[in-house]
Amino acid sequence: MLDQVIFYLFAAVAVISAILTVTRRNVVHSAIFLITALLATAGIFLQLRAEFLFIVQIILYVGGIMVLFVFVIMLVNLDVAVRQLQFARQKWVALLISLALAAQVGLMLWSTGKMPGQGVPVLAAAPVDKLPLNSEAVAKSLFETYLLPFEIASVLLLVAMIGAVVMAKKRT
Amino acid sequence: MEFVKQYWAPLVCGLVIVAVLPLIVGYVVLVERKIMADMQARLGPMRVGPHGLLQPIADAVKLLIKEDIIPEDADKLVFWLAPVLSVAAALLAIAGLAIGPAFQIAKDVNIGILFVVGVSAMGIFGIVLGGWASNSHYSLIGALRSSAQLVSYETAAGMALVCGLLFAGTLNIASIVEAQRTQGIWFGLLAPVAFFTYLVASIAETNRAPFDLPEAESELVAGYMTEFSGFRWSLYFLAEYTNMIVVASVATTLFLGGWLRPFSETHWLNFIDFLPPLLMICIGVYCLIRTPKQPARVQQLFMLAVAGLCFAVALVLAAPVLVPIIKPSLAAAVKPYYEGILGGFWFVFKVSAYIYFFMWLRFTLPRYRFDQLMRLGWHFLIPLSIINVLLIGIAMIAGQYFHLAGWSLLLTTIPASIIALIVALFILATEQKSEPQKASGAAPDSYA
Repeated sequence: MLDQVIFYLFAAVAVISAILTVTRRNVVHSAIFLITALLATAGIFLQLRAEFLFIVQIILYVGGIMVLFVFVIMLVNLDVAVRQLQFARQKWVALLISLALAAQVGLMLWSTGKMPGQGVPVLAAAPVDKLPLNSEAVAKSLFETYLLPFEIASVLLLVAMIGAVVMAKKRT
Repeated sequence: MEFVKQYWAPLVCGLVIVAVLPLIVGYVVLVERKIMADMQARLGPMRVGPHGLLQPIADAVKLLIKEDIIPEDADKLVFWLAPVLSVAAALLAIAGLAIGPAFQIAKDVNIGILFVVGVSAMGIFGIVLGGWASNSHYSLIGALRSSAQLVSYETAAGMALVCGLLFAGTLNIASIVEAQRTQGIWFGLLAPVAFFTYLVASIAETNRAPFDLPEAESELVAGYMTEFSGFRWSLYFLAEYTNMIVVASVATTLFLGGWLRPFSETHWLNFIDFLPPLLMICIGVYCLIRTPKQPARVQQLFMLAVAGLCFAVALVLAAPVLVPIIKPSLAAAVKPYYEGILGGFWFVFKVSAYIYFFMWLRFTLPRYRFDQLMRLGWHFLIPLSIINVLLIGIAMIAGQYFHLAGWSLLLTTIPASIIALIVALFILATEQKSEPQKASGAAPDSYA
C-alpha cells in the first residue's frame, strides 16, 4: 500500500515536472524542473531496489545538469529567449503522432491479461533476500559477461573526449 | 514493533540530527574562532558565557531576528529555493554515514559511500542557483567559480576514493570499516597518496581556505552569498560546515578506520581504551582549577557545570571498559555497548582532528589565485590520482602474488605511491617547462 502511494507520488512529480520543463519560458526554471524529474525517476529506481542505478542517475544525470546550468548562464541571453517563439508550428502533426502513441500504449494496457502473451508482462516480485547485491551484480555483468562491449564503449568515449579537446584547442 | 523499527526509528534519528546539527555547527564555528584567536595570539570571543561558550546561541538569535532582504530584481522563487537546496543536500548526506556500528540512519545501504558523495555534491546547485538568482555580478562570478572548482576537484576526490575502495572491496560504509578491522591496518596508511589527494580535494570541494575563491572577500565581496542576509545566509553557512563534517566523516571512514580505535586488533595495546575517559577527566579537572579565576558568580557556576558534564561523559566512556574488570559476570552484557560508546568517541575524535587540520590550513596559508587553483587541480592532482589508482591496483595484484596482507602489504603499496608521486611531479615539471611564459608572472585570468 505504502509502496504504491510512494510510487504514484514519484510518478506524478516526474510527469508534472517533465511537462513544466518544456513549458517554462525561463531556461533556468526549465533546468530546475528537469532536475526534479530526474530525481523523481531516481526515486522510482530506488523503489525497485536498483540502488546503484539510483545513485548513478543522481551523480551522472543530475550532476550533468550542473554543466547545463553553466552553459545557460554563460551563453543564453535570457531576456531575448523569453520573447522568442517557444514552440515550432507543428501542432497538428504533433497531435496526430501523440494520439497514435497514446492509442498504442492504451492497447497494450488493455490487452494485458485478456490475450495470453500480449500486453504488459505480469511478473511476480522477486524475494528480497534472493536478490544479488546491487553494485556487485552490475559489476559482474559489466566486467565479466559484457567485458568486450564495455571496453569498446570506454575507448569510444575516450576518443570522443580527446577529439573534443583537440577541436576546442584548434580555435585559439 | 517491526513497523516501528523499520520506519519510525530512522525517522526519529533523522529528526534528532536535523535538530542537533545546527547546534554542533555553531560550536564548530566557535572552536574555529577560538583556534584562529589562539594562532593569532588573541583571546577570541570571551563575552557571552565563560570563555565565550554561549556565543553560538547568541549568534543564532542574532541571525534569526535579522532583517531578511531580497534584492529587487532577484528571481524570488529560486532565491528562496537555493539555500534550502544546499542545506537539504548536506543534511541528506549525513544519513548515510555511520558514527558507530549502531548509529547509522540508512543501515546496510549497498551503495553507502557513493550515496554520501553523490548527494553531498548536489549542494553545488544551491550555490549556482543562489548566485544566479541574486542578479548581481559578484554573486554570479562566485557561483561560476564555485562550479568550475567543484567539477575540477570532484574527479581527483573520486579517484582517491576509488583507491580506498580497492582495498575495501565494498561500497557499504559499515563493511568498509569492518574490512579495516580484519586487515588490521587503516587504508590511509596503505594509500597515503590517495589520502593526501582526498584531503586537498575535499578542502577545495568545501570551498575552504586556501581554496575559498568563490567567496574571496578581496575580489568578490562574499561571492555567491553577497546578496543573502539573516536566516538565508545562515543556511548557507550551515551547509558549508555540514559539508565539512561530511567530507571529514568520509575520509575518516575510508582512510582512518572509522570507529575503530588505533591498533584495534592488538590486544596488548588494550590500555588505549582507558585514554578517552582519562582525557575527559583531565578536561574536567582543568575546568575545576579555572573555576575560582572566573570573575562573576554565574560564570563560576557555568564552569562547574561544564566540569560536571566532562566527568559524566568520562563515566559513560569508562563504563564499558571498567565493568568487565570489576564484575566479569556482566562482561557479555556490556560488550555491545563497548563498540557503540568508545567507537563513537573515536569517530568523533578523528573527524574533529580532520576538521582541526582544515582550520589550521586556513589560518596558515594565503589564498590561491584562480589560475593557480586550476593548474593545481588539472595538472597535478588529477594525473596524480589516476596514476595512483593504476599503480595501487598493480601493487595489490603483486601483493596477492606474494601472499601479502595487512601491514606487509605496505611493501608493495608504498613504492607504488612514491612512484605515482614522482611521475605526477615529473608531468608537472615538463608542463611548466613547455609553457614558461605562462608559469611566470600574473597569467591572464581566463577561467573566471
